[in-house]
Amino acid sequence: MSDSKAAGKTRRELFEQRQRRRSTAIAATSTLLFLLAVIIFVPMTPGWEKVQKSFFNGAVLAKTFPKLIEAFKLNIMIFLWSAPLIAILGLLVALARDAKSPALFPLKILSAAFTDVFRGVPVILTVYLIGFGIPGLGLPRPWNSPYIWGSLALILTYSAYVAEIFRAGIDSVHPSQRSAALSLGLSERQVMRDIVLPQAVRNVVPSQMNMLIALQKDVSLLSFIGPVEIFRQAGVYKSLMANFTPYVGAAIIFLVVTIPATRYADFLLARQSRQRS
Amino acid sequence: MAKLELRNVVKRFGDVVVCNGINLDIEQGQMVCLIGASGAGKSTLLRCINLLEPTEDGEILLDGKDIAVPGIDPQAARKKIGMVFQNFNLFPHMTALQNVMLAPRRVYKQSRSELEADVTQLFIRFGLADRMQNYPDQLSGGQQQRVAIIRALAMRPEVMLFDEITSALDPQLVGEVLDVLLKLKLEGMTMVLATHEMQFARQAADKICFLKNGIIVEEGPPQQIFNSPKQAATKEFLSRALK
Repeated sequence: MSDSKAAGKTRRELFEQRQRRRSTAIAATSTLLFLLAVIIFVPMTPGWEKVQKSFFNGAVLAKTFPKLIEAFKLNIMIFLWSAPLIAILGLLVALARDAKSPALFPLKILSAAFTDVFRGVPVILTVYLIGFGIPGLGLPRPWNSPYIWGSLALILTYSAYVAEIFRAGIDSVHPSQRSAALSLGLSERQVMRDIVLPQAVRNVVPSQMNMLIALQKDVSLLSFIGPVEIFRQAGVYKSLMANFTPYVGAAIIFLVVTIPATRYADFLLARQSRQRS
Repeated sequence: MAKLELRNVVKRFGDVVVCNGINLDIEQGQMVCLIGASGAGKSTLLRCINLLEPTEDGEILLDGKDIAVPGIDPQAARKKIGMVFQNFNLFPHMTALQNVMLAPRRVYKQSRSELEADVTQLFIRFGLADRMQNYPDQLSGGQQQRVAIIRALAMRPEVMLFDEITSALDPQLVGEVLDVLLKLKLEGMTMVLATHEMQFARQAADKICFLKNGIIVEEGPPQQIFNSPKQAATKEFLSRALK
């Protein structure tokens, strides 16, 4: 029956094509009108000139932007050495928490306490306590560096969250996988290492991506204890120039990194839920 | 002495008694089929034999040696008893070949090169030589189940347990898996099956056990069970199952 229509478009396809064209035209027109309204009316609002001068000052941005990017390299470095340590510590805490051997009971308690404490305390408090507190004990150089202790504060806090995500990942592996592996004569340890963990880690990649993005932003908290990273640098320029544009510049730099990363994590999550359905 | 002897095996989940004193002898090279309605205790009994479920009471004797003593290391017995599951349970992050090689490599510490010839031979024998490098999700259900059988055989087990291994397959794929079982029977493998494939059980089994409410109600050779069952419960089950 449909053979006769195969060459041309069916009436349903013609209808849908018309619909699509109409939707595109309407969306384009309404977006254009909206942009026009913003361009015309926003500058007419009282005080716009002041806002523009204070937040969107082209001259200030041009002058400070390269220095902000320079400072952002420090964020990236702190991020780069913290992230792998967080992954390792997070995994160890997750494994310790599910330890079955009675000899490891203290470790189990310790890891439970660890996740409770560091998830329950504001990050900034941990950063102050460890980042200021420990160098304050009068350690010799280089052990009094806020880079070390500030990074440690981030590592401890984020490991607690990352450990919980790993634990959820371990729980997400179906028990039948364990049964199959055990039935082959593998030991509990081998089952965990060869069967459960590889699948668990794969299952939580999208969630852990979100943790990485959050970490990338929270590196800025270290500015409070000394390191001149991008947020601190922007603050310096704000004071020097009595202008908030450097903060906007810093925000732009963060967004350039975080928006693609967030979109990628969303993509991974969507793909995973498609595969599971 | 039978190859595998069950003596008064009891298994409870909380208050629910799933195996209520099972006695069964399985001779070397025999194929024994467990039949019965869902929930009768067939699968649980197989999981108990493989020590995946701890039994409450009773003995499971493999070559006369009790393998179900509480606290005993289950690994030693599992090396000798292979198991294949209804839903294949292949490891999705490994190729068919890796699935098969994992246990001998880890348990017997054999190297890949040592294993390669034997394992390849197994894949050839079961018609999967061209599928060794595929991941489970690239294989049909029947192929996955055959890989699962090869995976169990690679450990050189003395007894094989099959837990409704064709129940999750499309009807046209059941045959290729049942053929594998016939091959194994010819080679003298000792096998225990939980199955709903009545025709297959009738033709291939040496002994049929009908389970209901956690006990073996009736057992015997297929002709006797299918043609002249003695117990009313067996008759009732078969009249519905063979419709």
